[in-house]
Amino acid sequence: MYSPSYFMQQFINGLNLGSIYALVAIGLTMVYGILRLINFAHGDLMMWGAYLALALIANSFLPFGVAVLLPMLVIGLVGVLIERITYRPLRGAPEVAMLITSLGVSTLIQNSTIMTLTAQPQSFRLPPGFKQLYEVGGVNFSSLDILSFSLAILLMIGLTLFVRRTRLGIAMRASAENLRAAYLMGININQVIATAFAIGSGLAAVAGCLWAAQYNTVEPFMGFLPGLKAFVAAVIGGIGVIPGAVLGGFLLGFAEIFFVGFLPPAFSGYRDAFVFALLLMVLLIRPNGILGSSTEERA
Amino acid sequence: MLEIEDLHVSYGNIQAVRGISLRVEAGELVTIVGNNGAGKSTTLLTISGLLRPTAGCIFFEERNLAGASPDKIVSWGISHCPEGRMIFGRLTVAENLILGTYNRRDRVNIRQDLDRVHKLFPVLAERRNQAAGTLSGGEQQMLAIGRALMSRPRMLLLDEPSLGLSPLLVGRIFEIIRELHNQGVTILLVEQNAYQALRVADRAYVLETGKIRLTGPAVDLANNPQVRTAYLGG
Repeated sequence: MYSPSYFMQQFINGLNLGSIYALVAIGLTMVYGILRLINFAHGDLMMWGAYLALALIANSFLPFGVAVLLPMLVIGLVGVLIERITYRPLRGAPEVAMLITSLGVSTLIQNSTIMTLTAQPQSFRLPPGFKQLYEVGGVNFSSLDILSFSLAILLMIGLTLFVRRTRLGIAMRASAENLRAAYLMGININQVIATAFAIGSGLAAVAGCLWAAQYNTVEPFMGFLPGLKAFVAAVIGGIGVIPGAVLGGFLLGFAEIFFVGFLPPAFSGYRDAFVFALLLMVLLIRPNGILGSSTEERA
Repeated sequence: MLEIEDLHVSYGNIQAVRGISLRVEAGELVTIVGNNGAGKSTTLLTISGLLRPTAGCIFFEERNLAGASPDKIVSWGISHCPEGRMIFGRLTVAENLILGTYNRRDRVNIRQDLDRVHKLFPVLAERRNQAAGTLSGGEQQMLAIGRALMSRPRMLLLDEPSLGLSPLLVGRIFEIIRELHNQGVTILLVEQNAYQALRVADRAYVLETGKIRLTGPAVDLANNPQVRTAYLGG
């Protein structure tokens, strides 16, 4: 009843959604890995990234590529500032203090956006070329699909090289695994944490632009649900482990698209419920996520 | 080289270290022995800056360490091989060793130190690209010591290096400690295995409930009747 091309179509949609979840989940998992902080404000930086891109596209002749990369740099810096101002003073306080602070930061970002701009959704219009449709064997995809997927993959490759090849990257993985031992290595933890926030927030900004471009709209609360789902993705993949965030992101993207695409339309309203049910199932079977493992002491 | 004066450390209301004074000269191997909860690890963690003293001073070559950040203390030449090994299990053996050099600016000599560590622990060279978590307990301990040596420390803090190892490996680890000592590394060794620790050390301190009970040359303490009944099984 479903043709192969229909399946392929869903596959491409899943790939797109998955790469956005993965980009957002990376930042969440990096920060959680080191600070044990569920950063609720992460999704809101996604929103700010999208607004910034919107402003750049609307008021200039900048190509889309620049309009996405500039927010990445700016929002990366914003992430570092947020950490410096709000989370760092709470270092050493109970973890729940930081968690609540991040909820506060999230509320602050959303409401300051509403105050300075508007609560109304705004349309995110792209230059005409991006909605150019291609058809290959009955499967439709746009230049935007190709662009967003390849951009996401490029960024992930870059990140992988960074955490595998550079000292700071290795230190970052080490800090996520055992913060105490990382201190004893002489690693400057503040530097590592600032880097995690810079990279994570930058990737969230890119994800926000891609999200806005896919759905043609930006609004102040647009970051909340994808942020939450990206957290689910990070947990499914094994929180604290970067490849886990990527795997979890794609898995969740595919699962969500296939759920909507292959079940009777009556179910499609339950897609978010399905996402969280999936989380529960994975956690029942692998409590530490797919790639997460409890590091056991060996004798 | 290291001089601790009247050190007090607390966890909230619990006083773990109550007025310790001790001294380690350059080139010495000094051991702190004592039972669980005597304050041995707390003392080491305070030296390396992970814990802050409530009172007292820690001088390392004229510098006061109390309140300095751990990364500063490492860069001044103290390396801490912690209890429970704390190797990074998801990282490869080679990456673990590289992290030991995190604070060093003289990148050229790192190759030499890597060779030295590989010579000391050939198994680490063999398994260089393996995830450290897949090593056996003894190999992990060797990695932990090797990693601590990679910062080219002038002083090495060793916390319970023999914990959880088979008797054969315990012997091997103490051989290595003796070898490092012979190479001129200054070592402060914390051990529950008082028998082995007193055999390799020059001098020793016996710690009980956060205070120093006895101190003196390791040979004397090994023959002290009190020490024999309390720590060496009579």
